[in-house]
Amino acid sequence: MKELSAMGSLENRRTVRVGPDRHEWGGRRTPPPLREMKPLLQRPSQALPSPSDWSFELIEQYHEVIRATAERYGLDTYANQLEIISAEQMMDAYASVGMPVNYRHWSYGKEFIANERNYKRGQMGLAYEIVINSDPCISYLMEENTLAMQALVIAHAAYGHNSFFKGNYLFRMWTDASSIIDYLVYAKKYVAQCEERHGMEAVEALLDSCHALMNHGVDRYRRPAKLSLAQERARLEEREDYMQRQINDLWRTLPRKAEEEAEASARRFPAEPQENILYFIEKNAPLLEPWQREIVRIVRKIAQYFYPQRQTQVMNEGWATFWHHRLLNQMYDDGYLADGMMIEWLSSHTNVVMQRPMQALNPYALGFAMYTDIKRICEAPTPEDREWFPDLAGAPWLPTLHHAMRNFKDESFVNQYLSPKLMRDFRLFSILDEEDEKDYLISAIHDPEGYRHVRQVLSANYDLGTREPNIQVWNVNLRGDRSLTLRHTQHQNRPLDKSALEVLKHVARLWGFGVRLESVNSKDEVVQHFQVQGPES
Amino acid sequence: MLQSIIDRRLSGKNKSIGNRERFLRRVKEQVKEAVRRAVDGRSIKDIDKGEDVRIPKKDLSEPVFQHGEGGTREMVRPGNKEFVKGDRSPKPQGGQGGGGGSQASDSGEGEDDFVFHLSREEFMEVFFEDLALPNLVRTELTEQPEWKTHRAGFVSDGSPTNLHVVRSMRGALSRRIALGLGKRRELEELEAELENASEPRRGELLLKIAELKRRIDAIPYLDPIDLRFRNRVRVPVPSTNAVMFCLMDVSGSMDEARKDLAKRFFILLYLFLTRHYEKVELVFIRHHTQAAEVDEQNFFHSTETGGTVVSSALLLMDEIQKARYPASRWNIYGAQASDGDNWHHDSSRCKEILQQQILPACRYFAYVQVAEPEQNLWEEYGTLADEVPHFAMRKATAVSQIYPVFRDLFRKEGRAAA
Repeated sequence: MKELSAMGSLENRRTVRVGPDRHEWGGRRTPPPLREMKPLLQRPSQALPSPSDWSFELIEQYHEVIRATAERYGLDTYANQLEIISAEQMMDAYASVGMPVNYRHWSYGKEFIANERNYKRGQMGLAYEIVINSDPCISYLMEENTLAMQALVIAHAAYGHNSFFKGNYLFRMWTDASSIIDYLVYAKKYVAQCEERHGMEAVEALLDSCHALMNHGVDRYRRPAKLSLAQERARLEEREDYMQRQINDLWRTLPRKAEEEAEASARRFPAEPQENILYFIEKNAPLLEPWQREIVRIVRKIAQYFYPQRQTQVMNEGWATFWHHRLLNQMYDDGYLADGMMIEWLSSHTNVVMQRPMQALNPYALGFAMYTDIKRICEAPTPEDREWFPDLAGAPWLPTLHHAMRNFKDESFVNQYLSPKLMRDFRLFSILDEEDEKDYLISAIHDPEGYRHVRQVLSANYDLGTREPNIQVWNVNLRGDRSLTLRHTQHQNRPLDKSALEVLKHVARLWGFGVRLESVNSKDEVVQHFQVQGPES
Repeated sequence: MLQSIIDRRLSGKNKSIGNRERFLRRVKEQVKEAVRRAVDGRSIKDIDKGEDVRIPKKDLSEPVFQHGEGGTREMVRPGNKEFVKGDRSPKPQGGQGGGGGSQASDSGEGEDDFVFHLSREEFMEVFFEDLALPNLVRTELTEQPEWKTHRAGFVSDGSPTNLHVVRSMRGALSRRIALGLGKRRELEELEAELENASEPRRGELLLKIAELKRRIDAIPYLDPIDLRFRNRVRVPVPSTNAVMFCLMDVSGSMDEARKDLAKRFFILLYLFLTRHYEKVELVFIRHHTQAAEVDEQNFFHSTETGGTVVSSALLLMDEIQKARYPASRWNIYGAQASDGDNWHHDSSRCKEILQQQILPACRYFAYVQVAEPEQNLWEEYGTLADEVPHFAMRKATAVSQIYPVFRDLFRKEGRAAA
């Protein structure tokens, strides 16, 4: 994957590749995007029926037309599975991070209670849709929705999100859609077994600690090997045995020979800082039992599964919104949709892409606007667009759009494609907040002088690496008190929140011995320091 | 590409019940506290309802590493109207910079409490836990009243075992008559015409008649819409009425803690009775040297001082029972709570009243002493308990000791039912 950083005036000079991707992961092949839309074979004699209540037959009819339209645009998706659920089930799914099965944990119960309460008070409309990155791709349709809303959800989730899951490089690299449900079933059973064997308190405490580190339990750069569930299971036992032996060796207490000793004390462990704290704990924590390591692993795997979603919010929601808008409009133009249906879904669409001034950017609004803008640049470029996006101007829009969807994440997507026109439309401006200044400084606005700066700042805002503190495993005191040292490298001198001490207690629970956390500023000075004693002492 | 549309509405309800249980376990202390407060504040009759529980948000926090205040941040906002590059704008007070940038404030900085509703079952569960009730009794108390099925007319669908043959056939017959009516009339006309018809017309008529007969035969003998099934509905078994007399000593020596014990004792008896009787009336009698019938509020929350004459309450109970609750129509239960203090010449009189007037009319009379020292009332009652099976007495100085008083009661009920 080649991502250009925002430097120099060449930043937008990319060739739009129309041929098949050279990068294929996990043996998944994607057909090349269509150069242009296929024609409609025959106009329907009349529009689809449009009562406000849905029925199974109607959903099937609408789905069939949406499917055919999506196919004409060349959207490549996993097979679809639509499920009708009640509002209560929607809240169930909400509460357990949107998955149809998951292990049991009190925090999901808390989530459910909070949602239920807000929903009953009418403070919160339920989300229209939940869609699961699995193969077949499961989309939930809520029974309370009208027919127009169901059509919107089908176009949005079952074709928009679904094609994004199948196409985007992060999802292809990090998630295995065909096995996630199986894995969650396995995780649920395993956790339940552990609860029976080792007691609910022990499992709950362990999960609490793992959840506290969930965001630091992902590999950001390394690509995982793919394993089927069966292989995964077969490896489990083997792994447990083997790992325990490894760990025992690392912590060997028998005296070593003198030169070995000298060598060992000079040796740092880990040799290089490790970014995946949960992985490090799973492999190296001295006191964890095999089942505890397995649970750490489960939480880590699930965190990894959600990692791409956290990095592609704008792209993913924008893509789905763009396509429900495009598909339903196309169906209207083809004569499938009645006027009433159009009005109804358009009003929902308008709510979804609403952007309040001065508030945080709405990912739906920004993403939708960006894809629409790319299409505009392809079809009707202005002189400004020709200067900024020489490769996009005049190119066929379908393959260009697919290329953008497949090969970027929010950070690089904004950096590559946010156009001056869009910045003007949104009236974007950047604010600099420095600690020792009394005022905010407006560092750039939507004018020729500021376009690049605004774009760069927005891109950085979407970078998880700057959004979340960068904390790595720094050192383990192998010969002494076995304490673990973590190091926080400050981004622009931003300190850690005081909640860090609470998190550190969780780390200590997992590690079994004392844990220190140093926060280092840009001059390499330790400016913050947290310390927690091990549970034993 | 569509594999299927699956209707999941009926399956997998209450999927997160396990998560809810774990959540409740986690906040057990707060829940217990809330239930305790509710028991104090509620009227006995309202006891089996849910309750709202408030929990400070910080007790439920799930900490993660995050950026604190300070350092340099730069963020992008839409909707610029007035600013140009280099403008300055004052930071809002309190240091919270401009809404947190991309760092969504889902951590819920506000110190709002987390509020949730405890269902009736969960409320009772916690309440019983406090009283150390064994499981068997818990289920007995929480369980719904008994049901009986009654016939309730006929419905058009049901299981084959409930098929009502006569009704179904009657329906089928009338349908056949109704559907065939026009055709049969036409048939009769044609046959009449056939009597005196000439040859070419005759053949035509015969054909028509054959066609009509075929169509009459084609009317199905029995159609699904003819089927009728017996309908049965479940109704709660009506049971007779009960009245529960609550007698309590309110003399100066009964402090709040003792009253609370007494209240839990009354609540438990009330709950038990509501499981067995559709309608339970409560009569509150408080006494010091004189007894008076009062409402619940005054019963638990007003303080009186003075000496103690227990027999005054017993006499009043007897009076009220005879006047308003004849033993022939009411199941009478008595519950007496006291700290055992009595004017000593009165105790033997109490025994007499109980033995001769009250106990013969009662299904059950329970006495609970909420203080340790055994005085003459305890001794007098003690001799009574040996003689009369439906009289129970116990000492309870902590809430967990209240239940044993009921053990006798349940054992007796069990035996009576068997």
